[in-house]
Amino acid sequence: MIEARNVWKKYGDKVVLERINLQVKEGEFVTLVGTSGCGKSTFLKMLLGTESASSGELLLHGKPVPGEPGPDRGIVFQQYSVFPHLSVLQNVMAARGFAGRNMTGLLFGRARREAYQEALALLEEVGLAHAQALYPAELSGGMRQRLAIAQALLGRPGILLLDEPFGALDPGIRADMHELVLRLWRQYRLTVFLVTHDLKEGFYLGTRLWVFDKTRHDPQAPDAYGATITYDLPVGKVDRETLTEIDRDLARTANQMERDHEAL
Amino acid sequence: MKRLINQTPSPVLRVVLGLLPFVLLVLLYTYASDARLAENPADKLLPSFGQIGDAIQRMAFEPSKRSGDYLVWEDTLASLTRLGLGVLIAATLGLALGLFTGALPLVSASASPLLTVISLIPPLAILPVLFIVFGLGELSKVALIAIGITPFIARDIQRRTQEIPYEQLVKAQTLGANTSQIICRVLLPQLMPRLLDAVRLSLGAGWLFLIAAEAIAATEGLGYRIFLVRRYMAMDVILPYVAWITLLAFVIDASLAALSRRLFPWHGQGGH
Repeated sequence: MIEARNVWKKYGDKVVLERINLQVKEGEFVTLVGTSGCGKSTFLKMLLGTESASSGELLLHGKPVPGEPGPDRGIVFQQYSVFPHLSVLQNVMAARGFAGRNMTGLLFGRARREAYQEALALLEEVGLAHAQALYPAELSGGMRQRLAIAQALLGRPGILLLDEPFGALDPGIRADMHELVLRLWRQYRLTVFLVTHDLKEGFYLGTRLWVFDKTRHDPQAPDAYGATITYDLPVGKVDRETLTEIDRDLARTANQMERDHEAL
Repeated sequence: MKRLINQTPSPVLRVVLGLLPFVLLVLLYTYASDARLAENPADKLLPSFGQIGDAIQRMAFEPSKRSGDYLVWEDTLASLTRLGLGVLIAATLGLALGLFTGALPLVSASASPLLTVISLIPPLAILPVLFIVFGLGELSKVALIAIGITPFIARDIQRRTQEIPYEQLVKAQTLGANTSQIICRVLLPQLMPRLLDAVRLSLGAGWLFLIAAEAIAATEGLGYRIFLVRRYMAMDVILPYVAWITLLAFVIDASLAALSRRLFPWHGQGGH
């Protein structure tokens, strides 16, 4: 379904990603981990269509990923994912309005009633039915992300992209959110890409773990080499030693990048 | 003893401290006015509150001997109509310009440099042009106000449009929204309270242009009246007129703020 053939991403002379080769089948749940600055969010943006590969090919259903976001790829960001001027219910209903082809995206009559019913059912599903009249600013961080997920699902995407969606949440809330995402992934048969800082999160969520890391490093020119996928592991069949090893690798890269920064 | 930067007044003390300068100013004025009038009862520079009261009575509650109009109300109506029309036109134009230059890079590329240059033209410098083109009637005064504050509103709205998080635009696109839907449903509603803010900020300049235009060519209006009675050094009329303009400005500003809170309860909640 998704295939990368020797994808590189550069900003000027700075190489962010290099030699990315991979294939993803429909229905997989891929978790992307790595140190900050190692290109995992960049890769997600390339799937989203807001960034494009500098060289190589990134294919979706055999065709290059479109150069702009579209309804086949849903997204949840860490923040700013919901519309602050709409109530919870209106936020979800807006998704239905955007799916229509009229100028304003406003719904009237029967379409409006249908959207209302559908939105209500979805809010029930993500546990936000009681908060339907509130504005996003009145919600807790976890509720806001539930709303963002519900909204993304109403676009009926085949692929759901999650960019550190739980990064700002408390650990207890995070567990609830994991459970929600896993449930929706199965129920809607989604292909999910989840970017996270948290290596452990990557270890038990989903079906596949990618570790983004820099394997080559030139102290004189820290930007000359980019990150690539150093581990591509099936989740559930990974032992403790591998975890420790990845952890050590990532810590080394993080330290190295810190030193490069100081040297500037 | 706490440091001065950490000392905050209690609610009562805050009110007292807030009123104190006003009371002091009134006392100072009364003292100075009395002193001058004791020296020369015909002095016009600092009229007593009694004389000011007489002037208010004459201007607001008695028909003018010459025209039979109640001058203050006539002036107020004329001025507020001009100001309201000018600001309304400026807000409409400014919103459209700001929205489209902020949201569409192609429009911005061609319109932004022009907008920047236009916003640097001092509006009063082109007042003669307006008088020549539009004549001395209402149109030139309304046009001055509109031309004077449109660039400010447009540039403010442009910046506010660009401040709306990119994530929201991406999110709308992933839900299938096209450009006009994004403008109607994501950008425009979020810009409305910011437009009200911009209008509030530009009203000061609006009054300035209004009074300047009325001072030069008008037959009624608050600015016209002040400049007219200046010839007779009628401070007893000028001072209450200035106070009245200040009160109007305050009431307009407060009503716009209240309107914004009422219409856009989600605004200013610091949401994501």
